[in-house]
Amino acid sequence: MPTSLCLFLAQATPGGTQLWGEPGVIITLVLVLLPLLLAGWLAATKGRGAVARLFGRGGDCESGTDLDVDHTPPGGPLIGNIDQAGTVRYLPSKKRAVQRPKVNPELSRLVLWYLGTATFWLLFGTSVGEYLGIKFVAPDVDQVSWLSFGRLRPVHTNAVFWGWASLAMVGLGYYVTATVSNTPLASLRRGWWSLILMKAAVALGSVSLMAGINNGGGEYREYIWPIMALFAGGIGLALSNFIATIARRRGDEIYISNWYMVAALIFVVVITTIAYVPVWQNGLGETIIQGYYMHQGVGMWFMMFLLGLTYYFLPQQLNTPIFSYSLGILAFWTQIIFYTVIGTHHFVFSSIPWSLQTVAIVGSVGMIIPVAAGTTNFLLTFRGAFHKVASSYTLPFFLVGVVFYFTGSFQGTAEAFRSTNLIWHFTDFTVAHSHITMYGIITFLLWACIYAVVPRLTGREPPHATVGAHFWMALVGLLFYVIPLMIGGTLRGLSWIYGKPFMDSVVLMAPYWLWRAIGGTLMWLSHWIFAYNIYRMVAGPKPIGLDDAPVAGDIIAKEALYDEAAR
Amino acid sequence: MKLHDNHRTLFGLATALFVTLTLLVAIIPALNNQRNNAPLPGTRQLTSDEFAGKQLFIANGCVACHTQQVRKVAMDKGWGPRPSIAADYARNGRTDLWRNTATLMGTGRTGPDLTNVGNRQPSIEWHLLHLYNPRAVVADSVMPAYPWLFENKRLPGANDKVVSVPDAFTRGDGEIVATPEALQLVAYLQSLKQVALPDGTPTPEFLYQRPATGDSTPGDDAGGLIKLDGGALYTTYCQSCHQANGEGLKGAFPPLKGSPIVLDGNPARLIDIIMKGYDARVSEGYAIMPPIGTMSGLTAEEIQAIINHERSSWGNDAPAVPLDEVKKLLQTD
Repeated sequence: MPTSLCLFLAQATPGGTQLWGEPGVIITLVLVLLPLLLAGWLAATKGRGAVARLFGRGGDCESGTDLDVDHTPPGGPLIGNIDQAGTVRYLPSKKRAVQRPKVNPELSRLVLWYLGTATFWLLFGTSVGEYLGIKFVAPDVDQVSWLSFGRLRPVHTNAVFWGWASLAMVGLGYYVTATVSNTPLASLRRGWWSLILMKAAVALGSVSLMAGINNGGGEYREYIWPIMALFAGGIGLALSNFIATIARRRGDEIYISNWYMVAALIFVVVITTIAYVPVWQNGLGETIIQGYYMHQGVGMWFMMFLLGLTYYFLPQQLNTPIFSYSLGILAFWTQIIFYTVIGTHHFVFSSIPWSLQTVAIVGSVGMIIPVAAGTTNFLLTFRGAFHKVASSYTLPFFLVGVVFYFTGSFQGTAEAFRSTNLIWHFTDFTVAHSHITMYGIITFLLWACIYAVVPRLTGREPPHATVGAHFWMALVGLLFYVIPLMIGGTLRGLSWIYGKPFMDSVVLMAPYWLWRAIGGTLMWLSHWIFAYNIYRMVAGPKPIGLDDAPVAGDIIAKEALYDEAAR
Repeated sequence: MKLHDNHRTLFGLATALFVTLTLLVAIIPALNNQRNNAPLPGTRQLTSDEFAGKQLFIANGCVACHTQQVRKVAMDKGWGPRPSIAADYARNGRTDLWRNTATLMGTGRTGPDLTNVGNRQPSIEWHLLHLYNPRAVVADSVMPAYPWLFENKRLPGANDKVVSVPDAFTRGDGEIVATPEALQLVAYLQSLKQVALPDGTPTPEFLYQRPATGDSTPGDDAGGLIKLDGGALYTTYCQSCHQANGEGLKGAFPPLKGSPIVLDGNPARLIDIIMKGYDARVSEGYAIMPPIGTMSGLTAEEIQAIINHERSSWGNDAPAVPLDEVKKLLQTD
C-alpha cells in the first residue's frame, strides 16, 4: 500500500493543483498532528524529568543526602496514614472526590437511573457497533436477516445517540440545572416519566429496525414516527421541567450552562418535529430536510447540551471560575447562527440547489468562531491548573474532550470545502469524523461529567486503576479506529478520482477495516470497564470514612454548633 | 445584561433565531423543490412488484452502503451518463401512513452507486446469485448475503426461478429457488435507470475533469494523457460475470478463456455481442448477456482495450486488434 500512497500523493488532483496544497488537506494534517505533538511534548518533558531523577541530577533536594541526619521525628514517622492496601503503588495516586453537601436522595436516585440506563445502551449500542466492524472483515459471520448489516447499522447509531448520549446528558442535566439554579428540581415525577418514554423509544426502535421496519433510510431518523414521538415526548417533559426549575431560580442570573442545555432541548424538539412532519418531504424536499436534521441533531442537540454540562463541570472540577463568561455568550449565539445553516454540506455536488450548498460551506467555515471561542475558554480555564490534570481522574477526560472539540469540529470545516469533499465524501473518512466527534468529544465529556458527579451522589468512588484503564483503552482504541479510516478513506477517494475499478477501492480498504475492528474492540472493552466503575460507584463497597469513625458523632455535633453560630 | 437574565426573552430569542434560519435553509428550499420539479418524461411510477422491492430495499437498510445520486463531478461518470437533477427524484412521495418519503440518495458509498444499475447490470440471474451470496460472483465483496430471500426445493415447479449457485456457496439440500421477495427486489433494482433529459433542458456538466492533454503539473509522468488500462476496464464492466480468471461461472456465465468467439481472428462477432448483447446460449443455462457496451456508452478506444485484454489474458493469445478496425466495425453495426 505505501507505494500506491506515494503514487497517489505524487500525482496532481484533477483541478490541476497539488494535493498537498489543498487548504482542506493542510488543515486536516495540522489537526491530526496537534494532539500528537501535544503528546510528544508531554512525553518529552516527563521523560526528561525521569532521566534527571535517574542520574541524580535532579537538583537541590539531593544536596543534603550525604549528611548523617536522622529525619524521623520523635515518636515515629509523621505520615503513617498512607493507604498501602487500597492502591497499586506503581500507579500515580489521584485525588479523591471532594465531599460535597448532600444532594436530595430522590434527585440522586433519578440521576443514577438515567446514567445506569444510559450505560446499558452504551454497552448494547457499541456491542452492535463492534459486531458491524467485524462484518467488514468477515461478511459471512452470520446470515440472519435480523442481524444483517443494513438493519444493524441504524440500531447501533440510534442506540448510542438516543440511548447512551441522550439519556446520560438529560440525567446529568437534571442535576446541573437544579444546582446552578439553587433550587430543587421542579418535578421529580416528570423526570421519571421522561426517562421511561425515552428508553421505551430506544427499546422499541431497536427491535423494529431489526425487524425491518424503518422510516425510509435517512440517517438518525430511522425510527418510525410513533416511536420517535415517544422520544420527543420524553424530551418535551424534560424541557418543561428544566424551564420550570429555572423559573424558580434564586438570583437573577441564569448560569450559562442552563442556556446551552435548555436551548438544546428546545432545538431538538423543533428539528424532530420538522423532520417528521410530512408536508415538505416529497422528492428532494426529503433530502434537504434530511441534511438539516442529521446535522442539527449532532450540533444543536448533543454538542449544545454537552457544552452546557462542560460549562458547569469543568470549572467545578478545576475549582476555578470559567475563564470568560462573554466568550461563552459569543459562542452561544454564533453557534446558532452558523450551525443552523450547514446541514446541506452532506450533499455537496448533489442535485440540491448549488446556492444552498454554498451557504452550507460558508456556514461550516463560520463554525470556526464558536469552536475557537469555546476551546479558548475551556483551555484558559485550565490555565494555571494544568498540574491538576495529573492528579485527577476526571480532568484527563475533559482535556481529551476539549482537544477533540477543536480538532473534530475544525475537521468538519475542512471536509466541507468542495475540493476536499471531492476526495472524502462517500468514503470512510466521514465515519472517522463522526467517531472523532460523537465519541472523542461527546462521549469523553460525558464520562468526565459522570465520574465527576456520581461519587458526589453516592459517596463511593471508582477504583482509580480501572478509571485509568478505561481512559487509555478508549483513547488508544479511538485513535486506532479513526486514523486508519482517514488514511484508507483518502486513498479510496483518490482511487475513484483516478477512475480505478470500484472493486479495487474495496480491496484497498481491507487492512484499514481490520485496524478499525481492532480499535473498535479496544473501545468496546473499555466500556465494560466503565460499566464496572459505575457499579463500584453505585453499589460497590463503601470506603471507610468519617461517618463510620467513632468520633463522627462529635464532629457532626461540632458542625451543628458552627452552623448555629454562623447564623 | 437584562436580556440574558430573563429566561422568557433569552430562550424566546434563541428559538426565534433558530426557527428563522431553519425556515430559510430547510423548509422554504424543501417546499420550493417539491413544488418546482415534475417527474421527467420517459419515467413511470413503479409497478407493484417494483414498489414491493423498494420496500425490501428500505427494510434491509441497503442505503447504508449504496447511494442513488450521480454528482456533478467527473469521478461519478461511471455511475450514469449525466449528473442527477432534482426532477429525477420527483416521483418519490410519502411511502405510507407510518413511513416517510424514501429518496434513498444516501451518504456513503461502501458499495457501488445504484442510480443507473438497471442499465449497468440488467441480468436477473446475476442479481439473484449476487443476492444469495455476493462472494459467489464478486470474490472480494463485503456485502451481506441475503439467503432468507431464497428457499431450498427438492423438486422446483415449472414457475420456480432456480438459481444455479456454485457448490462452495450452496446452503441446504435441493435446488435454490428465488422467493417472490427476491424477484421483487431485483425488479426494483432493474427499474433504476437514468433517462435522457428532454430536449431543451440544460444537462449539468461534470466538474473537475482530468486534464486531457499535456497541460498538467510537473511530476505527472504520463503527461496527463490517460492510458487506457484494458484490465481495469475489464474489472469494471465484465468481471462481475466473467470473473477475474476469465472462466465465468459454471451454469451462469460462460468462460472467455479459450472461447472461440474471443479468439476469432475476426473480432466482428465479439464486438457485436458487447454492443448488442447475446442470448444464443440460454438453452445451455447461461444468462442473457446485456448490451453492456451500448448501455455504458463505451468508446472505440475502451472497447479496443477491453477486447485486447480478453484476447491476451488467461492463456488466450489471439493477435491484438488495431483501433481502426474496431472503429470500422462499430460503424458497420
